[in-house]
Amino acid sequence: MAATVLKRLAGAVLVLWATATFTFVVQLFMPGDRATMIINTQAGNLQNPSPEEIATLNERYGFDDSYLTQYLHYLGDLARGDLGVSYNQHQPVTEIIAAQIGPTIVLTVSALILAWVISLIITVLATGRDNVWSRAATGFQIVTAALPPYWIGTILLVLLAVQTGIFPVEGDTSVIGLILPALTLAIPLSGFLGQVTQDEFERVLEQPFVTSSRTRGMGDLGVRLRHVLRHAVLPAVTLSGWALGALFSGAVLIEAVFSRPGIGGILVQATSGRDIPLVTGVMLASAVMYIVANLLVDVAYRYVDPRLRTA
Amino acid sequence: MSAPLIRLEGLRVAFGPTEAVREVSFELQPGRSLAIVGESGSGKSVTARTLVGLTGGRAQVGVDRYEYLGRDVSALSDREWRKVRGKEIGFVTQDALVSLDGLRPVGKEVGEGPRLHGWSGSKDELRARVVELLRDVGVPEPELKARQLPHELSGGQRQRALIASALALDPSLLIADEPTTALDVTIQAQVLELLEATRARGKALILISHDLAVVSRMADFVLVMREGEVVERGPAAQVFGDPQHEYTRKLLDAVPSAHSRGARLSPSSAPRLAVVPEHRTAPAGEGPLLRARDLVKSFRGPDKLARTVVQDVSFDLARGETLGIVGESGSGKSTTARLVLALETADSGVVELGGRAWSTLSERERRPRRREISVIYQDPLSSFDPRWPVERIVGDAAEDAAQVSELLDLVGLERSLRDRRPLELSGGQRQRVAIARALAPRPSVIVCDEPVSALDVSIQAQVLDLLADLRDELDVSLLFISHDLGVVHHLSDRVLVMSEGRVVEQGTADAVFLNPKHDYTQRLVAAVPRLGYQREQVAA
Repeated sequence: MAATVLKRLAGAVLVLWATATFTFVVQLFMPGDRATMIINTQAGNLQNPSPEEIATLNERYGFDDSYLTQYLHYLGDLARGDLGVSYNQHQPVTEIIAAQIGPTIVLTVSALILAWVISLIITVLATGRDNVWSRAATGFQIVTAALPPYWIGTILLVLLAVQTGIFPVEGDTSVIGLILPALTLAIPLSGFLGQVTQDEFERVLEQPFVTSSRTRGMGDLGVRLRHVLRHAVLPAVTLSGWALGALFSGAVLIEAVFSRPGIGGILVQATSGRDIPLVTGVMLASAVMYIVANLLVDVAYRYVDPRLRTA
Repeated sequence: MSAPLIRLEGLRVAFGPTEAVREVSFELQPGRSLAIVGESGSGKSVTARTLVGLTGGRAQVGVDRYEYLGRDVSALSDREWRKVRGKEIGFVTQDALVSLDGLRPVGKEVGEGPRLHGWSGSKDELRARVVELLRDVGVPEPELKARQLPHELSGGQRQRALIASALALDPSLLIADEPTTALDVTIQAQVLELLEATRARGKALILISHDLAVVSRMADFVLVMREGEVVERGPAAQVFGDPQHEYTRKLLDAVPSAHSRGARLSPSSAPRLAVVPEHRTAPAGEGPLLRARDLVKSFRGPDKLARTVVQDVSFDLARGETLGIVGESGSGKSTTARLVLALETADSGVVELGGRAWSTLSERERRPRRREISVIYQDPLSSFDPRWPVERIVGDAAEDAAQVSELLDLVGLERSLRDRRPLELSGGQRQRVAIARALAPRPSVIVCDEPVSALDVSIQAQVLDLLADLRDELDVSLLFISHDLGVVHHLSDRVLVMSEGRVVEQGTADAVFLNPKHDYTQRLVAAVPRLGYQREQVAA
């Protein structure tokens, strides 16, 4: 067990290091002189800064050092939890991200939970039944799996916020304000998770141990909930690590549609403003999210499939 | 006569246009046993499931009369059936190895029946009851096993636990669907004893099986089913001792055993082989064709400990000879086959083929000689490319395309089947294709790893006859691996008995099986269920 934990930790550090190195290398190969770029974005116009100005900046950010020295500095800062200062906002990157990441995590996690709830309800009630509802539910899943989230977001906004006024239109961080954006992200994901789960559910329904339980007097719903469901969720649990990461990037778009605070807004600004430390920070934060998500998936998997605990 | 426990008249089951069961009727007295025998597709399992109202959603079921304990149960709703299932009728489902939920502790599964039918006691009392049930069916360390997951139990323990779960509510009737399939022969014997003991305690038993020997040992009364119909019925002694229906006789004749050695198992009157092609014989050398000496192979388990799977195995195989390898699961027989095929490298020991080095060659040197030895597996389907038609599967292994139709004639595969894909063939047809493919490179040795274990007895008979004919006509040698002692005894000249990786006994088939010397062989032979009423005229 301890060995497994250590291995996972080492893996996590490796992923973080790779992400950090990748972003570092990418910024070296960006076209144009970095000091000139920073001065231009700060001034908001294109000009040729004086050599003195450039020299000051190069001095401040260490751009004149060898790449290796810069890289080692960068890694050293990272190890101390220092992500540098944003070029544009003149605030430490960690502070900017810390202030904005909360709403994004809340949004992605609620979207994932919602997606699971929707897909499980449909799967448990509809799979393996030969009737109109079952076919309609399967059809619904296929359609939703294919829908682009921003389109769903717009439709939901128009129908449920603008026309009826049940939900706030934008910029609301309350629980009510969370519902529409979370649904927007959850609906396509629920279709996707649902299809995976449904396939597995159908397969498990035919397994001998299911028949075996029926012969003891277990009813259909009981069989589905007590025996089949646990087996059927395993593939979707595996996919949830990936899904959480995908939701994180999907959130960028949806936060824009609903004008929600969040890391999406920062990333858009930072990328267009070539704010390298901030972009790096957001990328590292995403990597951490991915790592945490996959660790959680591992834990969940061991909980659902006890065979892994003893193996 | 007392009132019957169960009275069934005119049961009909159809799946769409297919009639799976036609006019099945029987009565069973309390404490007696009834066996339904038949091959796959005979409707025996469907009949069993219908007895507890679990035919399946798409089936149309009709019955003239169905009474259980004097009560009409022919038109129960599913809700009403749920009160009967488990409580009044216990059911042991097919496939013991996968009939317990792999994600739940065994004790939960055994306690499920009581919980569903209103367990009045506390959780601790239920736990105690489960342990008691497991102990009653002979599961060792029942407290521990109740907490473990099914995969931590052996096959025999799983089957016992399954039987315990069916007996949990003390039903008057136990239905067991193929309760011994997939179990080793010594375990199978123990499970049959357990069922027998259950019956002795006053439970009625309905046994569904394809295995006539198992049935002949257990049943008071027998129904023989074919294609949904009962073709013969009667007391076991009568059905097995003096079968009236032609199909019953055919089934009984098809069972390979000591009695059937040298005789044909299938009734086909066709000439033994339609065509006998020119077959390349191995270079005429002195000495055995295949020679294995002191083979040792170990594998590292998940706990990093090496386990010796094959230990000091030596044998010779002469031209045209059949060497049988018997043993239970885990005895190392399949690993031995893989060593002989050089698919696995031995830790030590050598295999020589055709009097020349074989196991010591590099794969590059071995490849041109691979055609000298070929293999037939239990499940040919997984060894075929599912998209390829039969002709291409065989053609892929043959030296030239002209040979293909000759090979398919040789194994008796009808011309109309040759452009079909594997999934469109029956089990017996697939095995014929596998044999044709194994013959295609004109090998001198064919390794057969459980080649008939998945086949119905009458199909098995045809395949065994075919293998015997091919061996005799083409002068190939067979290394024949099986857990079925009857099959091995029927076909083999000499036999190797393996246990825990070692050869514990070897000799001629008759010597080993009729006069076993080693303890293990004796136990193995004693555990084989026999047709108690074996008709002696077969041997005559």
